[in-house]
Amino acid sequence: MAIPKVCGVETEYGILVRNGDPNPVLASSVLINAYVAATARRVGWDFEDERPGNDARGFSFDDGLAPEVEAHLVNAVLTNGARYYVDHAHPEISTPECRDARECLVFDRAAEEIVRRSMAESRAYLPDGAELLIYKNNSDGKGNSYGCHENYLVDRALPFGRLVAEITPHFVTRQVFCGAGKVGSEFPGIGSAEVPFQISQRADFFEEEVGLETTLKRPIVNTRDEPHCDPQKYRRLHVIVGDANMSQTATFLKVGTTAIVLAMIEDGAIGVDLGLAHPVAAIRQVSHDPTLRQTVLLRNGQRMTGLDVQWSLLEWARKYERSHGLECVGEKVGAEVLGLWEEVLDGLSTDRSRVAGKIDWVAKERLVNAYAERHGLASDDLRLKAIDLQYHDMRPDRGLAGRVGLDDLVDEAEVEAAIAEPPGSTRAYFRGRCLARWPESVVAANWDSIVFDVGRDPLRRVPMMEPLRGTKALVGELVEGSSSVTELLDRLGSGG
Amino acid sequence: MAERIQKQKSSTDKSQESAEVAAAVTAQGDKLKAEMDDLLDEIDEVLESNAEDFVKSYIQKGGE
Repeated sequence: MAIPKVCGVETEYGILVRNGDPNPVLASSVLINAYVAATARRVGWDFEDERPGNDARGFSFDDGLAPEVEAHLVNAVLTNGARYYVDHAHPEISTPECRDARECLVFDRAAEEIVRRSMAESRAYLPDGAELLIYKNNSDGKGNSYGCHENYLVDRALPFGRLVAEITPHFVTRQVFCGAGKVGSEFPGIGSAEVPFQISQRADFFEEEVGLETTLKRPIVNTRDEPHCDPQKYRRLHVIVGDANMSQTATFLKVGTTAIVLAMIEDGAIGVDLGLAHPVAAIRQVSHDPTLRQTVLLRNGQRMTGLDVQWSLLEWARKYERSHGLECVGEKVGAEVLGLWEEVLDGLSTDRSRVAGKIDWVAKERLVNAYAERHGLASDDLRLKAIDLQYHDMRPDRGLAGRVGLDDLVDEAEVEAAIAEPPGSTRAYFRGRCLARWPESVVAANWDSIVFDVGRDPLRRVPMMEPLRGTKALVGELVEGSSSVTELLDRLGSGG
Repeated sequence: MAERIQKQKSSTDKSQESAEVAAAVTAQGDKLKAEMDDLLDEIDEVLESNAEDFVKSYIQKGGE
C-alpha cells in the first residue's frame, strides 16, 4: 500500500523595493528579520544534512555545484514549524510538513499572512517613503522565473524510472486547473501576438524531461534526492513544475491531486498508459492554448487534450478510491479532492465562467480581457502586464486576486492559528513546539533534527528521521508536560 | 388519455421551466456583467499609476 503522502510547499516571492536601495538580497533580509524580530528570537538553520546536489538517479553533483543556500543569509525557523529564509534574491517560506492537502493549504495561507506582517514590520527599518512590495508569482515577464516547489513523501522502493514515466502526464496537464495564468509569452521566438495569454506562469521555462537543475535547463521531473528523512525508506519528490497560486482551490487541488496520483503510482493503480511523445513541447502547447482544445501526442500515437488526460487520471483515481481507499492522503480530504477535481474539469469542459472563482488563470484571463475591451487595449499593452503582476501583489489594498471573488476553502481562524502553531500531524509539531517553549535552548533546527544547548557540553542533537513521529499524538504530552529542556531530553532519552 | 394529458402537461412544464432557466441565466449574466463593471472601476483606481514604469521596473533575478 502507498505510504502516507506527507507534503509541503516552498514559495519564493517576487520582491521590489520602492524608493529605497533596490538590492533584492538586502530587501529580503530586511523583510524576514523584521518579522523575526517582531515575533521571537531567531533560531538558525542547521545545514548539516543539506545535500541539494544528490541525484535521485543515484549519483552526486555536490562537488561541481555552488551550494544552493548561502549560509550567511537570513535563515529562520518559525514556531509553526516553517522555514523562512532568503533564497538567492527572494524571500522564501517553506511550510512545515503537512499530513494532507488541506493542511498544506492552511499553512500556505499562513505563509501569505506572515509575508504581509513582514511587510508591515519592515517599514520601521526602511527610510521614510520606502516600501517593500511582495508578489506571489513566478515570473517577471522578462525571462526570469522563480519557483513554487512542492514536496511529497514517496516510498523509496518505488523505481524512480516508473515514477518519472507515470507522473509526467500529470505534471504536464494539471496546469489546466492549477495554472496561475500569464499575459504574453517568455518562450524565445514567441511573442504576445502569437500567445497573448497563457495558462501557466512556468511552462515557458521547462527544457528537459528529467534532471537535477532548478535554475537553468529546468526539468519537468526534478531529481534532487535529499529526503530530509530516513533515506533507506523514503524519497522526497521535489516538484518544481508548478505555479504559485492565489486561488485556494488551485493550491488544494495542485497538492491534493498530485498526492493521489503519486499514491496510485506506488500502488500500480493507473491502468492506462498516458505517456506523452514530447512532454517538454506538450507542457508549452497546453499552456499556450487557453481554449483547451489543442491535443498533444501520446507515445502510443493517440492524441488527447490536457483536459482529456486529467479526466482519465480522475477516472482512475475514482477506481483507486474504491479498490484501495484514500487513507494515505487522508480519507476525508482525499474525497474532497476528487469531488472538486471533477467539478473544475466539468466547468472547464462546459462553461468556464463556472470556475472563475476557483481557477487563477480563468479569473485572470477574464479580468485582462474585460479591461482590454473597456479601454480598447492591444494585447501587448503594458497595462495588461501590470494587471498580471498586480494580481499577485500581497498588499491587500493593491492585490487584484483578492478582488475577483475567489472561493475560500479554509477558515481564517485556522489560518491565524497556523501562523504561530505547528500542525499536530507531523514531526513539525515537535520542531515548532520546542522552539516556542524553549527558544533559548534551541541552537539550530532543520527538517530532520533539532540541536539543543542545555548548558552542559556537548550540544544534543535530536534526530527526526520519521516525518510521522514527533506528532502531537505521540509527543504532545512529553513536550507540553516537561518543565525544562533537560527534563524533555531526559524523558526522550529514557523512551518517554 | 390520462397519459397524454400527463405528457402535454409535462411538456408545458418543461417549456415553462426552460423559460425560467433562460430568465435566470440572463439575470445571472447581467449580474456578472455588473460585477465585472464594478471590478473594472476598482482596478482603474488601484492599478499602479504608471503601469509602464512599474512593469519595466519589475525585474527578478536569481532564485530556486
